[in-house]
Amino acid sequence: MIGVAPALNGVIGALAQEGPAHAATAAGPAWAALIPALPLLGVVLCTLCAVFRVKNRLPAVLTVACLAGAFGLTVWMFLTTGHGTAVTTSLDWIRFHAAPGHEFVSSWGFFIDPLTCLWMLFVTGLATLIAIYAGEYMAGDAGAGYSRFFAAFNLFVFSMACLVMADSLVLLFLGWEGVGLCSYLLIGYFYKRPAAVAAAKKAFIMNRIGDVGLMMGITSTWVVFGTVEYAPIFDMISRGVDGAGNALPEWAGWVIPSLFTIGAFGKSAQLFLYVWLPDAMEGPTPVSALIHAATMVTAGVYLIARMYPMYVLDGTHWVLTLIAWSGAITALWSATIGMAQFDIKRIMAYSTVSQLGYMFAGLGVLTTTGAAFHVFTHAFFKATLFLCCGAVMHGFAGQLDLRRVSGLWSMRGWAVVTIAMLVGCLNLAGFPFTAGFFSKDMIIAECYVTPGMAPVGWVLLLTAGLTAYYTFRVFFRVFVGPAEFEPGDEAHAHGPAGDDHGHAAGAGTPSSVDSTDHSHGFHPHAPGLAINFVLGLLAVLSLAAAATYFVGGEHGWVGEMVHHSTAGVSGAALPGGGAVHADLETGAPGFLGYNPHAVMYYVSAAVGLIGILIAAFLHGPRGVGGLLIGSRRHAATSRADALLPVLGPVARGAQHKWYVDEVYDFLIIRPIWVIAHLFHLFDKLIVDGLVGLAGWLPRGMGGAIRPTQSGHLHGYAVGMAGGVAVLLLVVLLVAW
Amino acid sequence: MTTLAQANLPAVMHQLTLAHYLFVSAAMFVLGLIGFVTRRNLIIMFLCTELMFQAAGIALVAFSRFHLNHTGEAFVIFVITVAAAEAAMGLALVVLLFRRRESLSAEEWAEMKG
Repeated sequence: MIGVAPALNGVIGALAQEGPAHAATAAGPAWAALIPALPLLGVVLCTLCAVFRVKNRLPAVLTVACLAGAFGLTVWMFLTTGHGTAVTTSLDWIRFHAAPGHEFVSSWGFFIDPLTCLWMLFVTGLATLIAIYAGEYMAGDAGAGYSRFFAAFNLFVFSMACLVMADSLVLLFLGWEGVGLCSYLLIGYFYKRPAAVAAAKKAFIMNRIGDVGLMMGITSTWVVFGTVEYAPIFDMISRGVDGAGNALPEWAGWVIPSLFTIGAFGKSAQLFLYVWLPDAMEGPTPVSALIHAATMVTAGVYLIARMYPMYVLDGTHWVLTLIAWSGAITALWSATIGMAQFDIKRIMAYSTVSQLGYMFAGLGVLTTTGAAFHVFTHAFFKATLFLCCGAVMHGFAGQLDLRRVSGLWSMRGWAVVTIAMLVGCLNLAGFPFTAGFFSKDMIIAECYVTPGMAPVGWVLLLTAGLTAYYTFRVFFRVFVGPAEFEPGDEAHAHGPAGDDHGHAAGAGTPSSVDSTDHSHGFHPHAPGLAINFVLGLLAVLSLAAAATYFVGGEHGWVGEMVHHSTAGVSGAALPGGGAVHADLETGAPGFLGYNPHAVMYYVSAAVGLIGILIAAFLHGPRGVGGLLIGSRRHAATSRADALLPVLGPVARGAQHKWYVDEVYDFLIIRPIWVIAHLFHLFDKLIVDGLVGLAGWLPRGMGGAIRPTQSGHLHGYAVGMAGGVAVLLLVVLLVAW
Repeated sequence: MTTLAQANLPAVMHQLTLAHYLFVSAAMFVLGLIGFVTRRNLIIMFLCTELMFQAAGIALVAFSRFHLNHTGEAFVIFVITVAAAEAAMGLALVVLLFRRRESLSAEEWAEMKG
């Protein structure tokens, strides 16, 4: 996209002719291998901590040290690589003869281009910060699951580094499965809770569907190109030849991208594969923030961005069109569910699915820059939001219901959390001049530029309004207004009455309405230094991410990075060599006759503000906290309650997540259950029956003959004598 | 040296044919068999087996004489020797069995059954 967008703004041709600059490949630095190696070291150290039953917070310290080292190296890698592409010398990893004359080779090396650097920067950076946060958040488990948690955490960063830095699709697949495994391990961290175990299984099984697509995509790539390494593949694509030097077969242009898209949809929870992500919130909140919001779920976006040259091979771009529509539908669908949920962590989970939909829509409308920029900004602000929810959960004994906690702002010790939450919410709602505003804007504007995609743009605009509403619904309910709370179901596990630091929240609490029986002896647990530090820093970074839009090229620093990577879209790669975008000059696709790039800032800002104002009106407390239009007096009730009877089945449907889980249960789980039981019956009756018969036959025969062995001596004697007599008789009869 | 056939035997002996000997042998064998099957006393049963043994011996000697060779007689001498040894061992076993159950009945011992 980056290559063609300038054309719109009058700089026709300059960048469009230049194309992505990933052609020249340099030898990469060998020390890049240390970036995945350091988290792997962390895994070993945390495992040792587990073996030696370390009872203190040592695993967290080790993890933070390893991850910070990896982050430092990533920064160094970014600075030295610049806008170039470097491939490290690779080791032979897998090599076997697949067919006569065809050898399957997968190397172990790293492909470092700006896209790699971009992803690795926020992966390692956020992982470090979230590890600091988790060090305090998980402190209650020190000595128990603490080492296990951090071992899996490190393993996740290692896998993610393999995924992002891989120089071949097979190594990418290793990382892909590795992050899936860590996701499973960490969702099921509280393995004694059945819901957590079920959620872990759900995530793992749903991801397998996507993995099949990815595996088939990798195989097809090998069939076409004869290699799975990026550098030769991209070289061949740029020359339009396959592995044997012939012209690329036409099917490769849509079969391979479709298969990769299935993989990406699975990992990034798109379309009908999203249901595992909200359930994944059963895991500890730092995990939700890092894996299920900021990094792992963007692996699908990364895969498509990385393989983008394949996606633009097919002139009709129908796979990309499909991706755009899927993204838009997912965004709208999960936003509507998020609007009706009461669990703030679930709301954030649905919001993640929704924002991932934006990223896919961005990829679909040819703005890899917009998608990558949204991944980048989303990583920061969504991590912030999740960590804020985590702080609430931590402080109120697992309470996540927005009807049961209110007015954190006025409780002592919650200022940083409230401010960080506000920053995160503003970003997510697309408030003007926040990072989320610019990145979302870029995607929506591009929908109106790409021909035929205007409906996607309208869906995304509507979703932007809904997003602003549900985001600030959380903020207005939980963070401002009357101070009330009711502890969650972990209250008994937390400090008993007399827990000193809990008294901080004293002032306005407990309220007369909601906190009656439960709150006696319970005091909220205001976040400590580590959590406040991380939240503050993340809030600053979320805001600072907006600044990257103003440095670098036309589309900011991220745009510059993407342009110089394999995800860069050159004008020449587009149908008609970029002529499509020239249509804009005549106003053909445009936004109601205006240049989308120019007016989208105002439109999306207005949509976001309307969403925020509706949230303030329906959920805002009286006074400044509710922007002077709110009227909420209690935690549990708001003006929105009056809407419920009016909306009736719609509201109920959204609250029940549009019954998707029930539909899956009916359409997939029940039939499979029935089939499984039929198979079981077949196995029991036919297979086991045959085996049983084989065993029963000799047994039955033995049973029939056995009574003759009576044990009585005389019986044998008579038998023998009788036998001899019969034999004699026969002999005599025959002789005569 | 005269053969058995040339030896001087009482006159009545010359009227005895092979069939007489075999008849005696068969009668002894059947008597032993009936005794073995009908009696419960282990010693009696043991004696019955000896009776059958000797019946077989008579048949062998008779055939030996009839065929004018010594194989059967030699064989019988071996059989008698073995039977003597076996009788010593068998009676010892009977004594041991009696000590276990304080009874000589063969019905006491019927544990080895299917």
